[in-house]
Amino acid sequence: MFSFVARRILATVPVLLIVAVLVFLLLRLTPGDPAAIMAGDAASTEQIARIRAGLGLDRPIVVQFGIWFGNLLQGDLGESFYYKAKVTALIGQRLEPTLSLAALTISIAVLLAVPLGVIAAWRFGGWLDRALMAFSVLGFSVPVFVLAYILIWLVSLQLGWLPVQGYQRLADGAGPWLYHLALPSITLSVLYIALIARVTRASVMDALGEDYIRTARAKGLPELRVLVRHGLANAAVPIVTVIGIGVALLIGGVVVTESVYAIPGLGRLTVDAVLARDFPTVQGLILFFSFVYVLVNLLVDLSYVFLDPRIRY
Amino acid sequence: MLDRVFRNLSVRIGASVIALMVLVAIAAPWLGTVDPSLFDAGSRDLLPGKVGEITTLEGETLKHTFLMGSDSFGRDIYSRVIYGTRVSLAVGIATALLALAAGIVCGLGAGYLRWLDGILMRFMDGVMAIPAILIAIALVALWRGSIVTVVVAIAIPEIPRVTRLVRSLVLTIREEPYVEAAIALGTPTRKILFGHILPNCVAPLLVQGTFTCAFAILVEAILSFLGVGLPPDIPTWGNIMAEGRAQFVSYPHNVFFPGIFLAVTVLAVNILGDGLRDTLDPKMAKRV
Amino acid sequence: MNALDVDGLTIGLPSGADRTEAVRRVSFSVARSEILCLVGESGSGKSVIAQGIMGLLPKTLPLNGGSIRLNGEELVGMSEAGYRLRRARRMSMVFQEPMTALNPVMTCGEQIDEVLRFHSDLSLNQRKTRTLDIVREVALPEPERIVASYPHQLSGGQRQRIMIAMALVLEPALLIADEPTTALDVTTQAQILKLILELQKRHGTGVLFITHDFGVVAEIAHRVAVLRVGELVELGARDEVLKAPRHEYTKMLIASVPTLKPHGRAVPPGAPVVLETRGLAKTYAAHRWFGPSRKVRAAEDVNLELRRGQTLGIVGESGSGKSTVARCIVRLIDPSAGEIRIDGADIAGLGAAALRPLRRKVQIVFQDPFRSLNPRRTVGEAIIEGPLNYGLARAEALERARRLLELVRMEPSALARFPHQFSGGQRQRICIARALAMEPELLIADEAVSALDVSVQAQVLLLLEEIRTRLNLAMLFITHDLRVAAQVCDQVAVMSGGRVVEYGPAEEVFLRPRHEYTRALFDAAPGRGFAFGST
Repeated sequence: MFSFVARRILATVPVLLIVAVLVFLLLRLTPGDPAAIMAGDAASTEQIARIRAGLGLDRPIVVQFGIWFGNLLQGDLGESFYYKAKVTALIGQRLEPTLSLAALTISIAVLLAVPLGVIAAWRFGGWLDRALMAFSVLGFSVPVFVLAYILIWLVSLQLGWLPVQGYQRLADGAGPWLYHLALPSITLSVLYIALIARVTRASVMDALGEDYIRTARAKGLPELRVLVRHGLANAAVPIVTVIGIGVALLIGGVVVTESVYAIPGLGRLTVDAVLARDFPTVQGLILFFSFVYVLVNLLVDLSYVFLDPRIRY
Repeated sequence: MLDRVFRNLSVRIGASVIALMVLVAIAAPWLGTVDPSLFDAGSRDLLPGKVGEITTLEGETLKHTFLMGSDSFGRDIYSRVIYGTRVSLAVGIATALLALAAGIVCGLGAGYLRWLDGILMRFMDGVMAIPAILIAIALVALWRGSIVTVVVAIAIPEIPRVTRLVRSLVLTIREEPYVEAAIALGTPTRKILFGHILPNCVAPLLVQGTFTCAFAILVEAILSFLGVGLPPDIPTWGNIMAEGRAQFVSYPHNVFFPGIFLAVTVLAVNILGDGLRDTLDPKMAKRV
Repeated sequence: MNALDVDGLTIGLPSGADRTEAVRRVSFSVARSEILCLVGESGSGKSVIAQGIMGLLPKTLPLNGGSIRLNGEELVGMSEAGYRLRRARRMSMVFQEPMTALNPVMTCGEQIDEVLRFHSDLSLNQRKTRTLDIVREVALPEPERIVASYPHQLSGGQRQRIMIAMALVLEPALLIADEPTTALDVTTQAQILKLILELQKRHGTGVLFITHDFGVVAEIAHRVAVLRVGELVELGARDEVLKAPRHEYTKMLIASVPTLKPHGRAVPPGAPVVLETRGLAKTYAAHRWFGPSRKVRAAEDVNLELRRGQTLGIVGESGSGKSTVARCIVRLIDPSAGEIRIDGADIAGLGAAALRPLRRKVQIVFQDPFRSLNPRRTVGEAIIEGPLNYGLARAEALERARRLLELVRMEPSALARFPHQFSGGQRQRICIARALAMEPELLIADEAVSALDVSVQAQVLLLLEEIRTRLNLAMLFITHDLRVAAQVCDQVAVMSGGRVVEYGPAEEVFLRPRHEYTRALFDAAPGRGFAFGST
């Protein structure tokens, strides 16, 4: 088992390296002079030259990568031209809202989607199954921001139950924190629920079609036990996998949701940085998000060890 | 088997709605619209159904019914939404085709050439590790929005997904006894790839193509909405919503009309994809 | 009182099936301490009957009539809760595929314990003891280790013993065994059959044993029931049915069962050598990051010789290396060492280009008729693919295909149809035609009849014989079925663990085996001494 864990961790290294190279090249892929783009249209030649020197763009590309990567390994993501602060500091400031939103969303989604998916698979073809499938397609198709506006109009403007936008820090009290996060997380969780419920249903249906379910029923076991201990237990691996992969969708959703609900998190920072052509920040954010995504999927991989005894070696 | 596809309800509904959208896109100038960039300062923020005035490029002022209301510049939302159909459909279809083409080439290569498999899939893993929307946002921001850059930017994160699909198909089909029989019969590799393997990939690829199309339409809208997409003079559903969001509280029609069109189109494409998958390739139902 | 009484049982089929009923007015009974074998070919409805008795029928197969009495108690019309109470306690079932019938994420001990937990009042410790006891009773060594193991850590035979343990732990009156040994090796099969016989005697269980293998029937049945397309056509004591069958269908089936006696056909001397292997070996190395790579010797030092007009059989159990050898000879995999001489030319080390012209001399027919043909191509396209590769004109290739279809006794109209329109046996014929289209000198049949029903198998074997004689081919016949080997082969090579342990004329190997593995193999063949249809 130790070798499995070691191998999995080592496997992330080349992926992270490639991500680093790709992100590094991103800036250099611009047609035209990246320094000029960053400085903006009204900059003078000295400003542009200063930016170029600051970014090290006048050195050979391999040297640039070496310096940049070296800094990266020390945890230095560079400095934002727009905000005049270190990128890592910026990320640190905006981390909590995004983390809260993501955590709340995932919790709601998993707690709702998995049981729904299991029941839909069990009563395959029944009304719950069809309703869930319809909901799932809708959830996938209605874009997050459209849904956000619909919910805002309905819940905030017409019914006045929840605020239209804003964020309250957890340190200021759990009540207001939840009050402001409720609508955004519900909005975002719809997409996530659609995804997880669908895969849960499909995996449980697959598991229920296997021979060991027939054996379990032939042993006269109660149906609930067959469904959970024999069905769901074997469907766990694909379900956990999709929760991990869904984090990528979640990140995209976070960017849009924070934009609509004016939540001062990493998503908002990304949009602002892109609009301001603040490349160091954009690079740093992409690196950060990718790293988180790879980490989440690594944890998912490692969880297989507990879920499936065949995956130990 | 084809008639089983056409008899499926999801396929019918999805295909009909899409066909309708395509017609709308093509017939845009004749559907009671005006040039979407036209505006009139006197016709700002009109509610849907109201009549107002609009100034043409020649300077004439016409009476015009604003079916979906007008925005804060006095432009006709209805015309903008109808013309927006063109952009969304064009981006959706073009992205899907590009992603499929590139993915097929990479997937066939990775599946059949063992030496290529390792490096190519590592590279794809790297691309897939970066959340798709971030790649699209970053690329469009770098390259300055235009239809071509948007299509390429959205296609790039989808290519690894298609590659993975094709590669796994190639690997499974390669193990089938009928492929081994073909090898024993002296069939050259090229013929095996194109004669035995690829035809059996068509169905899953078609399904994947529809989902990629839906994804592309969505991402284009998101990009426009965030202000990072196509230039603002080309009307897309995303940037109509972006411009309307400031007055959402008082004038929600700015956001809702394009939103509904967007949701309905993406829904139709997804339903079509579901229907195709259920009839053509039930084994794919477990993959997302 | 009988363990089981089935009276006029009728089970329907959904509309659109090839007949209206899966099972029609079937009546039989299983007494206590008796083994009744239910025999039939695929599609006869035997599994449906088993499901019906256990109350496990899917909704698409309604129970339309008849009665099923378990220990005198009527089961038909019982609620699901009622069935659940009686399963495992009064009746239990063992299935065919031990690989998939156990839950992969639960230990074997837990799965046996489940039965006790939900059907009895025993305490935790009592259950643990009982579990260990039953594991011991099914002759599994190291019961503590087995109980803590997961199914994937056990072999097929061991898993089947766990299934039997689960089924018998509460000592039900009736055990239904649905093809429990079909997926197992011959030697393992013999052990499991012995186990079932022992346990059945000890606990007085009535056993309904479903199988298609007459050898198994001869080995363990007290009485036999023969099922044909949903109807019971013969029922009687074992010796009666197997030696003096009354119904035409039974007679046909018994006649199709190959004997274990070699045909003793004369081998024409001096025919040219078509295939010769010397020191053929295939080693797989699993590379690991930590530690040395693990080597698996799939085949080692295999020396064979085959002449024109002869059939050489390679006999062995799964993992013996016989398929590996066949695939090396066809060059679907590359041998690690040794020579493979076809007509004197060594093809073992040739590259793809040099190999091409020689490929046509060796052709192969695979085991699975449902996956051996590309579902998107017509039969005609499939057969002419080979000749087209070698430059034959399309029209001529189609002509050849037509003639070959005649040779394999199929209508030429088949050329324009698709594989899914044909049965398993017909598809195998098409595959044979496809192989022959290349005009090979060596035809390899890799378990080519193993997936076919016994009557269809007999026809295909006859066809292969005919073809071999007519075209004067050399044939390499890979099989695990000793009866088939006895019928078809002139020479036999017995493989075990990648090596050839015995090699010689069929008569010698079958009647006077020398290696102990060969002897064990023949001892394990079910129904070995039985003279089918002799009266």
